[in-house]
Amino acid sequence: MRSDSSLRRFLHGLPGVDQVGCEARAAGLGTRSIKTTSKAYAIDLAIRMVDLTTLEGADTHGKVRALASKAMRPDPADPSCPATAAVCVYPDMVGTAKQTLGDSGVHVAAVATAFPSGRASMDIKLADTRDAVEAGADEIDMVIDRGAFLSGRYLDVYEEIVQVKEACARADGSSAHLKVIFETGELQTYDNVRRVSWLAMMAGGHFIKTSTGKVQPAATLPVTLIMLEAVRDFREQTGQMVGVKPAGGIKTTKDAIKYLVMVNEIAGPDWLDPDWFRFGASTLLNDLLMQRTKMTTGRYSGPDYFTLD
Amino acid sequence: MSTFDYAPAPESRAVVDIKPSYGLFINGEFVDGSGTSFKTINPATEEVLAEVAEASDADVDEAVKAARRAYTRVWSKMSGAERAKYLYRIARIIQERGRELAVLESIDNGKPIKESRDVDIPVVAAHFFYYAGWADKLEHSGYGSTPLGVAGQIIPWNFPLLMLAWKIAPALACGNTVVLKPAETTPLTALLFAEICQQADLPPGVVNIVTGAGETGRAIVSHPDVDKVAFTGSTEVGKAIARSVAGTDKKVTLELGGKAANIVFDDAPLDQAIEGIVNGIFFNQGHVCCAGSRLLVQESVADEVMERLKRRMATLRVGDPLDKNTDVGAINSAEQLAKIRELSQIGEDEGAERWSAPCDLPSNGYWFAPTVFTGVTQAHRIAREEIFGPVLSVLTFRTPSEAVEKANNTPFGLSAGVWTDKGSRILSMANRLRAGVVWANTFNKFDPTSPFGGYKESGYGREGGRHGLEGYLKTNEMGADS
Repeated sequence: MRSDSSLRRFLHGLPGVDQVGCEARAAGLGTRSIKTTSKAYAIDLAIRMVDLTTLEGADTHGKVRALASKAMRPDPADPSCPATAAVCVYPDMVGTAKQTLGDSGVHVAAVATAFPSGRASMDIKLADTRDAVEAGADEIDMVIDRGAFLSGRYLDVYEEIVQVKEACARADGSSAHLKVIFETGELQTYDNVRRVSWLAMMAGGHFIKTSTGKVQPAATLPVTLIMLEAVRDFREQTGQMVGVKPAGGIKTTKDAIKYLVMVNEIAGPDWLDPDWFRFGASTLLNDLLMQRTKMTTGRYSGPDYFTLD
Repeated sequence: MSTFDYAPAPESRAVVDIKPSYGLFINGEFVDGSGTSFKTINPATEEVLAEVAEASDADVDEAVKAARRAYTRVWSKMSGAERAKYLYRIARIIQERGRELAVLESIDNGKPIKESRDVDIPVVAAHFFYYAGWADKLEHSGYGSTPLGVAGQIIPWNFPLLMLAWKIAPALACGNTVVLKPAETTPLTALLFAEICQQADLPPGVVNIVTGAGETGRAIVSHPDVDKVAFTGSTEVGKAIARSVAGTDKKVTLELGGKAANIVFDDAPLDQAIEGIVNGIFFNQGHVCCAGSRLLVQESVADEVMERLKRRMATLRVGDPLDKNTDVGAINSAEQLAKIRELSQIGEDEGAERWSAPCDLPSNGYWFAPTVFTGVTQAHRIAREEIFGPVLSVLTFRTPSEAVEKANNTPFGLSAGVWTDKGSRILSMANRLRAGVVWANTFNKFDPTSPFGGYKESGYGREGGRHGLEGYLKTNEMGADS
């Protein structure tokens, strides 16, 4: 039987994280110099890993349709440019996104469980999730109850993830993929990031995700480093692979490549795949496209040559 | 491309201009010298880089005379604030020419450009900036403000320019002049530094660079007009120097070998400890006197640490020192490579288990794959002797007391590392370890403000920080004027 105290014993028994050392390691990997063929490879891979995101109060069906079109054909001028992994929207926009994307292979991810704060009763959170799944969401990005985590109610967090995962089930027996958002900017310490990563993996999350994008700091290299170590160690112990998604604040190709280097050298090349690593981002895509065009043509072009959505 | 292989990312060599031959830098000018010459090579390719003059006894005498003149007539009379201006100027030129110095260092030494660019050269500049700040504040040092005179300085090949900075910056700040001999396998950055002295308009004779091998070094140490001998290098040579200056008035500081224990407790932040172990022994190909060459790991986590360490070692990129993604470069010389191979063979013969990360080594040049020995005990030679290469010996312990006993059970005492989440344990270990530097949850961190030096056969005297001034000032016991 799981209990707060057994979870606590396990999570607090994980090796601690030395902040200085962890940040130095992330910065060190950030100095890798990725050029020519490896840069071209990294850019295409990064595009394929983007969860193209719009999560604004001002979102409209028109906006979501535009975003979905962009996800399928990021660079209309170059058919060799791959599509993104998914679009990420609020639950009420899932139907519109799904309709536009059709059978393109681009997934629809929906944030749920009273995103971004997670401050609602369990029934509401589950209803929110079911609503998004019924509307056709392929992936659910849930937020954890950070208040529960910070007050040591680990079992509540665990049970919540388990129940939301159950709510991801579809009528035909299949299930939407579950990403678990930690909002690491609110959990603050690296020890907390390691503990919550293990908690979410044990509860059955398919992906662990840094942030909502609504709290600063959002994704950082050291936080993602800790999460990549966690999924690596989890596979070593259980044989199961869990994906990682940094989200928020990743804006440039240079940044994205630093993350990919970290995936490669920390979790390993098995994670260099959109099934196992995603970028939650909106403005990143256009910078990737601009760099991609630079790689293929040898020239930089202005921002007006890339679509705004 | 279907996998994320990093394409070559070579740093350009165009920034350096290596001359076919180099003379000696005496009295502010490059002169031919009266001795023979020797070749310096690129250890990564075995390509001959330049022909370098070997300073004879007569050349060393010229250099000491020039240093004496500069000391008497100019440098010792100059105010500290004026000396500081020159040191600041040198520090700024080092920063401005940082790329050039880094590339040249990597070519001549074999160390990865990542390290010469991000560690060696920035710390060199930091040393000059730091000691420039002391030049006009020596009265507050606690060691007085009277310089010694002419300092003879002999430095090793592992951090050529950094060791030069450790020697020259405090000496000049205190008002001494110097005759410095770089190692015979890595003279080029010292000669470029001589150019920087010219560029900074440093008065002639304040810095003299004489290149050569052991004989040149002996001539400096035994020269009667040298007031101070500063040496960094092997314990064997250090002992010979101590013997030769015994009975003279010469002041001596020696920074010698080490066999540091890097101690990992079961409550350590393991992922960072792995980085610290890797950094401790594979940084600069393990050519580091304070390298964490003995890993002492608590038995309860030994298997897990070894598993993680091997996985990490498999990601180390060994190869072209000028490639920006290289983690481990070339061994500095054929001689050093032979020594590493010999001691590693002894490790195997004595029954320790040897493991190297699979990696392709270039066919030319001097290379040694990062290697770890497990099942090592205190009785193994690889646990006692300094290998000075990328070879780690792993021992285990059960209790903190056993860790201290094993860590201290060595004739050396330069550095040690402690990895634990428990602050009180860090403090108690630091008190009990007989080592000049104890790093806690980190390793191989260097800063000009921090004194560095050894216990026992690791030498005496301190370099860096306020303590580093003591070796270049007449203290009261020595009959200082003040």
